[in-house]
Formats: sequence, structure tokens, C-alpha cells
Amino acid sequence: MDFILSALDYLLGIPILGWGTHVGFIYVALLLLVCLLVFTAFILLADRKIWAAVQIRRGPNVVGPFGLLQSFADLLKFAFKEVVIPAGADKILFIAAPLITATLALSAWAVVPVNEGWVIADLNVGILYILAISSLGVYGVIIGGWASNSKYPFLGSLRSAAQMVSYEVSIGLVIITVLLCVGSLNLSDIVRAQYEMGLAHMIGLPQLSFLNWFWLPLFPMFVVFYVSALAETNRPPFDLAEGESELVAGFMTEYSSTPYMLFMLGEYISILLMCAMTTILFLGGWASPIDLPPFTWIPGVIWFVLKLSLVFFMFAMAKAIVPRYRYDQLMRIGWKVFLPLSLVTVIVLAFILQLTGWGWHGGVA
Amino acid sequence: MTLPLFFFYMFSAIAIASAVMVISARNPVHAVLFLILVFVNAAGLFMLAGAEFLALILVVVYVGAVAVLFLFVVMMLDVDFASLRQGFLQYAPIGVVVGLVLLLELLLVAGSVMVAPETAGAAVLPIDGGIENTRALGQVLYTRYVFLFQGAGAVLLVAMIGAIVLTLRHKPNVKRQNPNVQVGRKVSETLEVVKVKSGQGL
Repeated sequence: MDFILSALDYLLGIPILGWGTHVGFIYVALLLLVCLLVFTAFILLADRKIWAAVQIRRGPNVVGPFGLLQSFADLLKFAFKEVVIPAGADKILFIAAPLITATLALSAWAVVPVNEGWVIADLNVGILYILAISSLGVYGVIIGGWASNSKYPFLGSLRSAAQMVSYEVSIGLVIITVLLCVGSLNLSDIVRAQYEMGLAHMIGLPQLSFLNWFWLPLFPMFVVFYVSALAETNRPPFDLAEGESELVAGFMTEYSSTPYMLFMLGEYISILLMCAMTTILFLGGWASPIDLPPFTWIPGVIWFVLKLSLVFFMFAMAKAIVPRYRYDQLMRIGWKVFLPLSLVTVIVLAFILQLTGWGWHGGVA
Repeated sequence: MTLPLFFFYMFSAIAIASAVMVISARNPVHAVLFLILVFVNAAGLFMLAGAEFLALILVVVYVGAVAVLFLFVVMMLDVDFASLRQGFLQYAPIGVVVGLVLLLELLLVAGSVMVAPETAGAAVLPIDGGIENTRALGQVLYTRYVFLFQGAGAVLLVAMIGAIVLTLRHKPNVKRQNPNVQVGRKVSETLEVVKVKSGQGL
């Protein structure tokens, strides 16, 4: 009984009405989920519009004003089509794979702080949690490819698994360089460190807080992280897992209707997660770029969304401009360029921080 | 029953059930997937014990990397299920012996607390409750156990180099691409503009 009451309080409590002591975290989670899904719908449209604009096309422009409701029309279409499961497929795993992808992509957002204190789970090991969740993301792809029992999906999933495992290594090392500067694995602490110390404070102009952020002192790592994030989320120019000229649609070839939509949704939400990670690690999270009145009036969550959209714009432009990589070149750049570069940076940065005493010390317990 | 206790029983029950499925599943890919489920539930148990760093490292290293490669290999094997079942009875006694030895060892470790509480207490390092998990682990790992830790790293490095030596082959007469040479090429080295008089050729 005690157990049921505490669980109910934790999940469904509303302190204003006298029910329980916490604000139930179901409400907070639902709010984040709805915002995230609506944002994803428009980010998907933005992706197609940017791509179209680069190729001097109009892009989707029929459903709603300027085609704004295109993603919702697509959603309805996906939801009302029949789910086709191939005869030779492993049925349970075939259905489970898109569910795994979408659930994992959504669950990583539990630790992302969108403003000071606006986070569902303020974990002390938040960044490790995100690493763990994104390393699990490969299972959706690999299981989906195998369960389809077909050649192209299998080849696509093998490629994708090798690619995601390789690029996780350099992403992990880049994150370590930021962690060395911050001294905490808490994502909110990483943002706080970026407005409490940095280059702007060193040169005596603390108003220019965009100079504080880690993108400037760690610029090479910023570039490595951006490219690795493209590869980790299977975005073009590294979308060899679904290179349509070779593998039809890669691991998604046999998927249709709602399962396919879940794959797409999971993919776009993990792209947004990578954009959010770039924002938090290198672009100061919710902090305003200039620490003076007209900019500081704008709430932090808006700055966060603006920065996230800027990073996504860079993702979309990379898709539109850069031609697809060859697979061996992709592996070469991951293992022979990014890995040694980030490894050397970790060692050199550790020495610099140890000898100069730079770095944030606010998070030391 | 409290909430942590409920989660403890849930994680342990799923872990044991899927461990049984690992050895009884007919399809090797399903067996590996159940093994991954065991890892994830073990991480949940670590999390309940307050070892959040260990829990997440378990997920990152074992589930995210080791098990992926394992699954990779098992998927690509062309497994004949009938031949897989054939040797089962022949090897069953060995499996039972190994299992019994492991069970005995686990009982000894668990029972040492009952038999001699002072030895078990001395083995545990005193950890300051005020500092976070990751920092506490680092402070022990990089001070008291630094040589053992580096030694373990060196063993892994040797294993890695061994695997590379076993698989790396340089075949003769294979054209290889060297991006540095390609990028370092100059126009003057590769292109020559020739004026050709009409009707003469080169």
C-alpha cells in the first residue's frame, strides 16, 4: 500500500490540489514529449524546405500555408496505411526494432536541460546516460535489418552498425575534452561552467558571453563533434546505411506505414538530440550570447531552441551541399583522423589544465 | 514494499528469466538479444545499489560495444540448427561441472560475510558518502590501484595489437589509395597544356 501511494505521488501528484507532495513527473514528461514531437514535425519540414531551396525548388507547399502542415499530412498517411510484414521475417523482432529506435531516441531527452532547472531528471551522470542511450540506438538498426530477412536491409544494417560503433568512440573522446574543462558529468553544470568562466572573463569583457562558450577554445573538437554527429545519426553525407543508389533504402527497405514512421521519428529525434548536445557542450546551452539587457530579457529556453535550430540548419546544409562519402573513406576518417586527433587533444588538454589551473571549479563537491 | 525493493525484484526476475532464455533459445540471434537484456537488467541493479557510474559504463561498454560486435558475428554465421543440437548431450556434463564450480565460488564469496565478518569489512574501501560516485571511483582507481589499473590497460592493448597482427595482411599487387598524395598533387605535376597544330597530332 505504502509502495503504491509513493509511486502514485511520484507519477501523478498535483500539489496545488492537495494530491501528493511532488508535481507528478508524468505531466512534465508529457509536456516535453508533445513539444518535442511538434518541433520534430516542423524540423522535418524545415529539412525538406532547406534542401529544396539549395536546389532552387519550392519544396512541400501544398498542405497548409507554405506547406506548414505537410508533416501532419504525412503522419496521417503513415498511420492509415497497412503494415506489411514480409513472409520470411522474424515477426516479433521486426515490430520491436522501430519501437526500440523511437523509444530510445525519446528517452535520451529526459536529461537534457532546456533552461536553468528545466530538466526532467537532473542526473549527476547525465552525459554518461546520453552516451549509453545513444550507444543502444544501434540495436534498432541492426535488429531491423536482420529481422527483415532480406539482402539489402541486412547489408545496410551491417554498414550502419560498424559506422555507429566507430564514430561513438570519437564522440566519447570529444565529450571527455569538455568534461575535463568542466569537471562534472552533469549537463546543467556544463552549461553553468560556460557562463561562469571562459575567454570573455579572461580578456575582461564578461558581457561578450558568446566568447565564453567552449566552441572557441575547443574549436577543433567542435568540428570533430559536428562531423561525428552527422555520422552517428546516419545523416548525409554519411548515410551509407540507406544509400539508395546501392541499397534501396538500407535497413528500412522492408518497412512500411507506422513502423517506418517510427524509424523516421527516432532518426529525427536523435538528430535533434545531437543538435541539443552540440548546443549544451559547445554553444552555452540556454545562456544568452551577449550579457546585456535586450538579450537577457529573452528567456533561456528560447535561446536554447534558437541555437538548436542553428545547429540543425548546419546539419541540413551539409545534407544539401556535400556529396555522399565512400564507405572506406568514412571508416578512414573516423579511425585514422578523428580518433588520433581527439585522443591527442584529451592528453594535451589534461596537461594544460593541470599546469595552468584553468577550468571550472564550481562543480567540485 | 518500497519502490526500490519493487524495482530490485523486477530487475532480478527479468535478469534470471532472460539468462535462462539465453541457454534455451533455439535461435542464436535471439540468445544474444536475451544476453543483452541480462546486461541491461544488471545495469539496473547497479543503479539501485547507488553505483550509477558502473551501471552506465556497463551499458556503454558491454551493451553498446561488445554485444553489438557479438551480435554482428552471430548474425553473419550460417548456423545449421540441427548440427548445433547434436553435441548437446556430449558436452552437458562439462557444462554442469563448470556451473557447479561457479555456484560454489559465489556461495563462498557471499558466505564469507557470515563466517568472518571482519575480513569482509576490511576488504571494502571506506568511501566518503558526500562525494559523487564518479569522483569516488576515480580517487581510488588512480591512487591506490593505479598500477593494477594501468596493467589492465596494457593487457588490453596487447590483446588489441595481437588481433590486428593476426588479421592484417598486405597483399602484393593491390592498388591502395593514399589521400595525402592525392591531396598534395599540384597542377604542374599532372597537367600539361599542349598546343596541337591542326592536321599533325602529337
